[in-house]
Amino acid sequence: MSALLETRNLERSFGAVTAAVDINVSINAGEVVGVIGSNGAGKTTFINMVTGYLKPSAGEILVDGRSIVGLQPRAVVRAGVGRSFQVAQLFPELSVLDNVLVALGLSVDRKLTLLRPLHSQKRRRKALEILAEYEIAGHADEVVATLPQGVRKLLDIAMAMLSSPRLMLLDEPTSGVAIEDKFALMETVMNRVRKSNAATLFVEHDMDVVQRYADRVLAFYDGRILADGTTAKVLSDPKVQELVVGHHLDIEVDSADAYESTVVPMEVRNA
Amino acid sequence: MQTKSIFLLIGGALGLFVLGLLVPEWLSYLMIIAMGKGIVVLGVVLLMRAGLVSFGQGLYYCIGAYVAGTLTQFAGISDVLLILLASIAASVLVAALVGLLLCRYRGIFFAMFSMAFSMILYGLLVRSSVLGSTDGFNVLRPSLLGWVPTDDASSDLVLAVAVVMVMILGSLMWLYLRSLSGYAGEAVRENEIRVEYLGTSVFRIIYTKYLIAAALAGIGGTVTALVSGHVDPEMAYWTTSGEFVFIALMGGTSHVAAPMVGAGLFELLRTYAFAIAPYTWQMILGSTLLLIIIFLPSGLWSLVSRFSRQARG
Repeated sequence: MSALLETRNLERSFGAVTAAVDINVSINAGEVVGVIGSNGAGKTTFINMVTGYLKPSAGEILVDGRSIVGLQPRAVVRAGVGRSFQVAQLFPELSVLDNVLVALGLSVDRKLTLLRPLHSQKRRRKALEILAEYEIAGHADEVVATLPQGVRKLLDIAMAMLSSPRLMLLDEPTSGVAIEDKFALMETVMNRVRKSNAATLFVEHDMDVVQRYADRVLAFYDGRILADGTTAKVLSDPKVQELVVGHHLDIEVDSADAYESTVVPMEVRNA
Repeated sequence: MQTKSIFLLIGGALGLFVLGLLVPEWLSYLMIIAMGKGIVVLGVVLLMRAGLVSFGQGLYYCIGAYVAGTLTQFAGISDVLLILLASIAASVLVAALVGLLLCRYRGIFFAMFSMAFSMILYGLLVRSSVLGSTDGFNVLRPSLLGWVPTDDASSDLVLAVAVVMVMILGSLMWLYLRSLSGYAGEAVRENEIRVEYLGTSVFRIIYTKYLIAAALAGIGGTVTALVSGHVDPEMAYWTTSGEFVFIALMGGTSHVAAPMVGAGLFELLRTYAFAIAPYTWQMILGSTLLLIIIFLPSGLWSLVSRFSRQARG
């Protein structure tokens, strides 16, 4: 059985700057993968390439064995890949309910009906059910621009999940959210993701969040994948702790599940 | 649409028509011109709600007018329904081609490109001696389903056509703005990235709106040509397109009636400003727009919205 997502030698440069290089990843259905790395390590570039926001300079991206390189974001979404953003991408002047109604229409119905009202009883009921699932139904009539960050993040993810993606990419779902609300937000999101059985990649800086929710971790460093393995193994890797986490983490590792880090952080040759 | 709304609509149309018959001829003429321009501005508003300001709707306004002119003058076709259909077809056809390029641009580029296309038509018409060059040519009296009205009844026929068009197009637009397609415009204005990541083509949404706006401008141009009995290249000149934007700002974009109110007041204001100050009437128009932008940034219709909100408590 082929992987749900497979990238082969993926690379992206911006002029002389190489933001991502030699990215080889394989994600299977139902996996929950945490993506870690310091700022500029290539995490968002990787997500942007997989979701069609950026075209890779080289390499291949396969979803269910079919190449999606060069496809527009909408086509990538239709191929089964959804995403949320570090800065929630919403319709700020519309109400929360209208955001979901529009999203339902555009991502589920996909027929740009000309004269049928958007606010039908049936659609409103459905939209309110969705908001309730994400525990933000109480904000239904509020204008998005006035919402707290956590609610915006949940709404962003709720809207992205409407197309029932088989692979969901969450770009820093807890960034800008108060520390005390991070786990509540992740709990709500991961409950929804598990129910949908979608494979999930989430970019995260908070290692507590990563440890709690990720089955597997991809550690990015300097545009490359430094480590790829189970959460415990990657987070206990001294190189990852030094170069990515920035401090020591006490993690117990099952020695039977070893792996090699793939990047040499600095090497001096012919000195 | 509810039965009450339909009765209100028919009542409103009849009222407007009777008013047009009762007022002096110059005012009736002004009403029809305002309705023609109001229809064009409906399209301008549609684009504005999607975040696009078109300074080139004069292109389709002029096409609609010239279709009316050429059909009556050169092809011997005077049936108003056929003329309207031909105007819509010609406007949409041109928009379908121009839109392929234009709808990829945003902001000032969209505004300037739209103006450029309109000025290309202006340039072509000015150099076309067959179509009367800068003088244009006269549009013959319209007929309706074989009925050829007398001179007096001719303007009543155009009045009726304008009223019916305003009511039908206004109602359709009212429904459209409440539909998914209507909201999709606002969604595009606010966040194109999210629209794309919902699996929908932003280009398709904007392109559709551009075609609708072109059809509306074509209809508006036809109504204007039929009531004035004359067409000329000025209809494609950039100041004409600017006038439509002016009216849209004046009336506001929040309701389908706003362009009609804006167009009516604009025509009245211009007429009186010209009568009072023939050499500085533009200053009066400019000052009025300035005051509206400062004190009523959402246009004159925001006053109606405010009063109706207060009335509801």
